[in-house]
Amino acid sequence: MIFTIKDLLSIIPELIIAGSACVLLLVDLLISKERKACMAVLSILSVIAAGVASYWLLGADFMGAKSFAGMFELDGFSTFFKFVFYTATVLSILLSFHYVKEEDINLGEYYVLMLFSLSGMMVLASGADLLSIYVGLELMSLPIYVLAGFLQNDVRSNEGAMKYVILGAFSSGILLYGISMVYGLTGTTELSGVAAALSDSSVHVPALSIAIVMMVAGFAFKVAGVPFHMWAPDAYEGAPTPITGFMSAGPKAAAFAVMLRVFMEGLQPAYEQWMVMVGVVAVASMAYGNFVAISQKNIKRMLAYSSIGHAGYALLGVMAGTEEGIASVMFYMAVYVFMNLGAFGIIIMMRKGGQRGELIEEYTGLARSHRGVALLMLIFLFSLAGIPPTAGFMGKFYIFMALIHRGMVGLAIFAVLMSAVAAYFYIRIVMLMYMREPAGEFEFARSKGIYYALFITTVGTVLLGICPGYLVKLAEMASVIM
Amino acid sequence: MVPLTWFLALGLILFMIGAVGVLIRKNIIIMLMSVELMLNSVNINLVAFSHFLDNVRGQIFAVFTITVAAAEVAVALGILIALVRNRGVFSTDEIDTLKG
Amino acid sequence: MAEKFFFLMFAVVAVGSALAVISLKNPVHSALSLIACLLQVAAIFVLLRSPFLAVVQVFIYVGAVMVLFLFVVLVLNIKKAQLETFPKGRRWFAYAIVPVVGIEFLAVIFGKSFTATGYEAAVEEVKVATLGRALFTEYLFPFEVVSILLLAAMVGAIIMAKKRWD
Repeated sequence: MIFTIKDLLSIIPELIIAGSACVLLLVDLLISKERKACMAVLSILSVIAAGVASYWLLGADFMGAKSFAGMFELDGFSTFFKFVFYTATVLSILLSFHYVKEEDINLGEYYVLMLFSLSGMMVLASGADLLSIYVGLELMSLPIYVLAGFLQNDVRSNEGAMKYVILGAFSSGILLYGISMVYGLTGTTELSGVAAALSDSSVHVPALSIAIVMMVAGFAFKVAGVPFHMWAPDAYEGAPTPITGFMSAGPKAAAFAVMLRVFMEGLQPAYEQWMVMVGVVAVASMAYGNFVAISQKNIKRMLAYSSIGHAGYALLGVMAGTEEGIASVMFYMAVYVFMNLGAFGIIIMMRKGGQRGELIEEYTGLARSHRGVALLMLIFLFSLAGIPPTAGFMGKFYIFMALIHRGMVGLAIFAVLMSAVAAYFYIRIVMLMYMREPAGEFEFARSKGIYYALFITTVGTVLLGICPGYLVKLAEMASVIM
Repeated sequence: MVPLTWFLALGLILFMIGAVGVLIRKNIIIMLMSVELMLNSVNINLVAFSHFLDNVRGQIFAVFTITVAAAEVAVALGILIALVRNRGVFSTDEIDTLKG
Repeated sequence: MAEKFFFLMFAVVAVGSALAVISLKNPVHSALSLIACLLQVAAIFVLLRSPFLAVVQVFIYVGAVMVLFLFVVLVLNIKKAQLETFPKGRRWFAYAIVPVVGIEFLAVIFGKSFTATGYEAAVEEVKVATLGRALFTEYLFPFEVVSILLLAAMVGAIIMAKKRWD
């Protein structure tokens, strides 16, 4: 028995994405340089097709089962995250339409690489075995390394991508060492098998601690948690801005999906051990990310540090170790996609003198001349800061609830304090926009793609802030993975 | 018969040497080679466990690790070529356009 | 007894060449040391009764990856690298933390963890047929994903290394 029809059916979304990436690679040869935008449209269509397939699979009776000899798991958890990835990808492609033309990187391979990365994320979210997790992780990361360095003529892009690759490979090595130790201690790499072997309690604890330390370190790199965050500011600053948005949303959500699965499903018996380490990384990320963001002058860099801080909040949700914690992290990731990509959409719109408008001071006085744009930016910044009634507030709220129900009230209070620190640099931009006079003329990059993206993200941010109930319920239903 | 712990010790030593290499050296090529050292040490671990657990899984995993490492090296060297072509630089000491 | 002798020989050469990789100034010399190290690892795979994996290691790692490394090193400018001095700054961190962590882990390894029962050596070598069958039945899914990964890496590497496309 190699594989059954059921196995094939469960990977239809992945097949759609990977297959259309390959097809688009060939179609790219037939499209002339001026009409490359159809590549973007075709990739959006393929993501939508995969979304439809995922939705259809929700009703299948083999939902919740493992296929391909335990390598692939189709359940509500992975489907939820896949929809998050689809949203992140579609939004990033929408934001790219105009940008790639302006920056002269209008290649078909741009979209193909994004689709490959998306397929890696999907494999990662569904991985039920450490082998598929590792392979999916690399499939997700390699195209992103290339996309981060896509602005070939810009040294910052090259440098950012180089740092990203080296540190990425380094952390892959550390993660692999941890995986090899887990294999050695339990005799299997299947997550359910690992959990069974560990709860047997015949596994010697110190060696397991080595394995857990390594794995926490490897995953912490992927979510840019302190002290493995060194690549993030440079990679975020150097990458093309739609790719920065993509990087900050998709791979981060995927890394949290896999962290939740590995730690909650596989290493659940070792909860006391990894909880402490995850907590340390979470606290360090919140503190460091939020404090350093204050001194940044480049808005993309500032958002990089802010996303380090946000990774800290989400890690607290992982640390809570309950189903409520899982659901809160899932909800937080969905929220994060909307508000982060919305902020990046505004950044892409701002161009000054034919250059990318990336310095914070360029937003001075925006509200005087362009009320609408300033209002949107205000919504996104408030959401990032966690101010009600935006989605960001709801996301943090659920994480804090999960922590408090677990009894970790001290951590919740610390997180709230860090939120207050973070609010400073978000509000500072709002003040700049509304309270000062503009220094010069504002030029905007206008394109339909950016408008659609901004519309979607604004609706998402506001809607999830006012009535998050539906999505939270979905997350709670999907979080029963054990 | 060589005991399992000897193999694991060798794996650990090579891993640590590779990790030190990435942290110390500023020449990008040598940093990449140190990462390859780390991945090889993981392979030693995997194959050793596979042998001593009488389980083929470790060796399969090692095959995949070799494959992925090769792909990663190709991408990393591609990025390095783009960087050098743009900047004519070769060591991370001079890569300081991006602060911090 | 003979096996232990061989293992020690390979291990010593491997560690020695690994140290050479991270300390030599000339990248070409480092690459050659890495080749030596990889060959020792392949020999160790043979000791672990996995000749197929040893051959794969030599073919792919030494024959493809290291050749690619050497090619890139030789195409790019070498002289500058030879002038590179040993950098200061991050050295203390690496020298302080890593050996401490390493010794700690070594202690764990040589402790009780891995000498209990359940770790008995397999007697026969792993046949290629066993590996092949497993790869195409149980591990089919990661196998297919890795093939996509290779395609993506190829596309990515070519895009990055190609000259500017105007």
